[in-house]
Amino acid sequence: MSLLHGETETAGAEALPAAEAAAPRPRRGGWRWLLGRLLRNPSARIGGGVLLLILFCAAFAPWIAPHDPLAVNTLGRLKPPSAVNWLGTDEVGRDLASRLIFGTRYFLLICAIAASISAGFGILLGLVAGAGSALADTVIMRFTDMLLAFPYILLVLAIVAILGPSLWTAMAAVGVAGIPGYARLIRSVALTVKREEYVEAARALGASEAQIILGTVLPNTISPLIVYLSYATPIAALSAAALSFLGLGAQPPTPEWGAMLVNSRSFLFTAWWAVAAPGLAIFVAIFAMNLLGNGLRDVLDPRDV
Amino acid sequence: MSRYVLRRLLMALPVVIGILLVTFMIQAVIPTDAVSAMYEGQTTEEEAAEAIAAMRERYGLDQPWYIQFTRYAGNVLHGDFGESIRLRRPVSEEIGYRFINTLQLTGAALLIGILVGVPMGILSAAKKDTWLDLGAMTVGLLGISMPAFFFGLLLILVFAVWLQWIPVVPRGGAALLLPALTLGLIEAAPLSRIARSAMIELLRRDHIRAARSRGMGEMSVILRHALPGTLLAVMTVIGLQFGNLLGGAFIIEVIFGWRGIGELGVKAIQWRDFALTQAIILISAGAHIGANLVVDVLYAWIDPRVDYDT
Amino acid sequence: MSENAPLLQVRDLRTHFGTGPDAVRAVNGVDLSVDRGEVLGIVGESGCGKTVLALSILRLVDAPGRIVSGQVLFEGQDVLAMRPRALTALRGRDIAMIFQQPKASLDPVMRIGQQIAEPLRLRGGRTRAEAWREAVELLGAVGIPNPEEKARAYPHEISGGQAQRVMIATALALKPRLLIADEPTTALDVTVQAQILELLRERCRALGTALILVTHDIGVIAQMADRVAVMYAGRVVENAPVARILGDPAHPYTRGLMRSAPVMGAVQARLQEIPGGIPDLTRPLRGCAFAPRCDGRRQAGPARCDGQTPPPFIPAPGREARCWLQDGAPAAQPAPAGWS
Repeated sequence: MSLLHGETETAGAEALPAAEAAAPRPRRGGWRWLLGRLLRNPSARIGGGVLLLILFCAAFAPWIAPHDPLAVNTLGRLKPPSAVNWLGTDEVGRDLASRLIFGTRYFLLICAIAASISAGFGILLGLVAGAGSALADTVIMRFTDMLLAFPYILLVLAIVAILGPSLWTAMAAVGVAGIPGYARLIRSVALTVKREEYVEAARALGASEAQIILGTVLPNTISPLIVYLSYATPIAALSAAALSFLGLGAQPPTPEWGAMLVNSRSFLFTAWWAVAAPGLAIFVAIFAMNLLGNGLRDVLDPRDV
Repeated sequence: MSRYVLRRLLMALPVVIGILLVTFMIQAVIPTDAVSAMYEGQTTEEEAAEAIAAMRERYGLDQPWYIQFTRYAGNVLHGDFGESIRLRRPVSEEIGYRFINTLQLTGAALLIGILVGVPMGILSAAKKDTWLDLGAMTVGLLGISMPAFFFGLLLILVFAVWLQWIPVVPRGGAALLLPALTLGLIEAAPLSRIARSAMIELLRRDHIRAARSRGMGEMSVILRHALPGTLLAVMTVIGLQFGNLLGGAFIIEVIFGWRGIGELGVKAIQWRDFALTQAIILISAGAHIGANLVVDVLYAWIDPRVDYDT
Repeated sequence: MSENAPLLQVRDLRTHFGTGPDAVRAVNGVDLSVDRGEVLGIVGESGCGKTVLALSILRLVDAPGRIVSGQVLFEGQDVLAMRPRALTALRGRDIAMIFQQPKASLDPVMRIGQQIAEPLRLRGGRTRAEAWREAVELLGAVGIPNPEEKARAYPHEISGGQAQRVMIATALALKPRLLIADEPTTALDVTVQAQILELLRERCRALGTALILVTHDIGVIAQMADRVAVMYAGRVVENAPVARILGDPAHPYTRGLMRSAPVMGAVQARLQEIPGGIPDLTRPLRGCAFAPRCDGRRQAGPARCDGQTPPPFIPAPGREARCWLQDGAPAAQPAPAGWS
């Protein structure tokens, strides 16, 4: 069974019934197929390249960074970019470039944890709702309704208010706030797949519910799941950075990009680079994720939206 | 029509109860540690324990949760949001004028977002797959990638510090300009995407082809036959977008020192001032629900296809 | 331009969907002509390219479809070469069109009267009030009861049959000289179909408008058409007066079509299906497209049927058939080199 189920391409078929008789096209599906298509997509290439660079920085931060990201130097405060401090220094003389490089670790950590929480619980709830009993479905859907009644940021703030501000609660909050979206997506896929004839056939042949869920429903969720991940993860990362900026997430002196702005923004008029550096870092990283997401959508979900 | 409004109101009821449940949870967790924080190190353990016990009793925390919740919901319905621990006065006194400030900001931002985003999306769709479309789409992608707090600081840097078009500490209407612009321009990005895809979808419809077959020029086709449907499609998401703007206001108000509920809300969470936090989140979520309700009713009233009498 | 020249002439028209080796050749070299006031039926199975042909005449094909080559001459003027301004001037005023899905073809958020009045006002120079009054009259003329009231209705408030009447009123508002009707009754109830066809015939006659009637329904053709073009795999395989087509088809495909359709007034033992399916239009065709399904292939010589595309032979004046069985009759024109 191929990993990535997708509709076959139907360019022109709507306008023209004759395309039913079209020649067989190359098979879609599989990770290798996905990678090949992505490499041919300019938007995915740029986005993926930048993200690989970020990954590289995170992995080798201690070797790349020219200075200790936490080392205070009261004599070298708010210095403009120079050969020694590539991007200048912040209000207590810490090297901004080094802090940005170490910041990649927090950025990726936040993305990974937020996405794992959202997707993990979302898949679980979605499968139970879509493939389980009607009662479970109703309960889970009312629960997601309740969470979706909040605008996303507001829900994140409410969770932070319950858990108390810190880096970990910020990650948990953006993660939990993302659960209902994933749950609804997976549920709708599960409901569609459950009605497919081959699933009916499998059931008739005596396959258990668990076998059906693991064997047919789950693989079918992969392609929409990847597309949804590419939408939701940048939003989660952006919200986590905003929490840190508001003092409700990572706390200074942690070299997290959003937290780096907490103190430096008071020096906007005298040392704009201390604001621009972390701000641009977030912007570029999120933009790269969205570019990659665009590419993924082009490949996996070729509807024109 | 009034029956339709009533039905929509009834449909919103479970959601309102859900919101109350979530905000209620803030109360269930915060007070004890707020109280312990207050007394920590300042009193003996015995006195603190006594004070905490007194506090628990005062807020009814020794009751089972459902009784607490009923009491909470009852208070809220009577307009009683409790007393702020930090400000030492009733929450309702503080958030009234701040809520109006926030509505001003989000309203202005929504207007900017619509005026910039919708024409951009429509132009993009009309010139689909040209350089103009690609440019507009790229700007839109940049817009959804832009952290609101950084964009706000950037606008201050450019317009107040470098160009000096606007004073660093503006007064009156000018004070609204930059925050509304920040929030509005960021909002323009998703709105332009929505307008673009709605327009592209509409331009594929049979009735557009039929209008072309009658010799309507491209301009008439777009303005007379595709625009109304596009605006209706945009309208359906305005309520949701308004909620996003309310969320964004929490960030923007902090940057610009705009005295709205968002700025206070962030402080309240930092202070762990549960009554204040509860009230602000409740009011924001309520405004979100209200906005969606208004949009739904307006939509039903405008779109001839919605039959709201049945 | 002499009065005897045809109103519309289509020459070697080709419309493809997509590009490269996967391109679907939906219209693959069509030649047609329509005289003033004539009713030309275009008939064929679904997927034979007849709808794409109809859309191509008015250049209404949407991407990924595109007209690759050919000419569409309306009174000697090539529609395919027209600038956008001339094209919009032609549409509606010289050539108009109605579609298969009448309800979807009306703007859902515009009142019916406004939709009829729109071309009158924007293109016909009427004032708003004049256009509205005329729209109401036109609604009455296509048999809509209470036209004043119905003009204020929205499309979702009327039936499919009424919607097609509205479409006819709208299309004929500027008195075009040619109307293209693409499956105008397919989406309608059987009881309504005959009324709509009768209305079409009556209105076209009253205005002297020629009609291209695209349909898969031989019965409709028999009732309406003066002449018939039979399409198969993107080409016209037979073109003849309606009586000849019904009584004495020259092409085996036409014969198969007759056997598979209940024709009014024709005596038939039973309906028969044509075996096989339509060919893959993404592949270049070698020989006659119908050859794999044809019962005359053996008789005409399989090597020739499979290898060479038949030119349009003229078995009798006013008739054409692309079939090697007609070899011996004069050919209308040699098949152009590189036909595929």
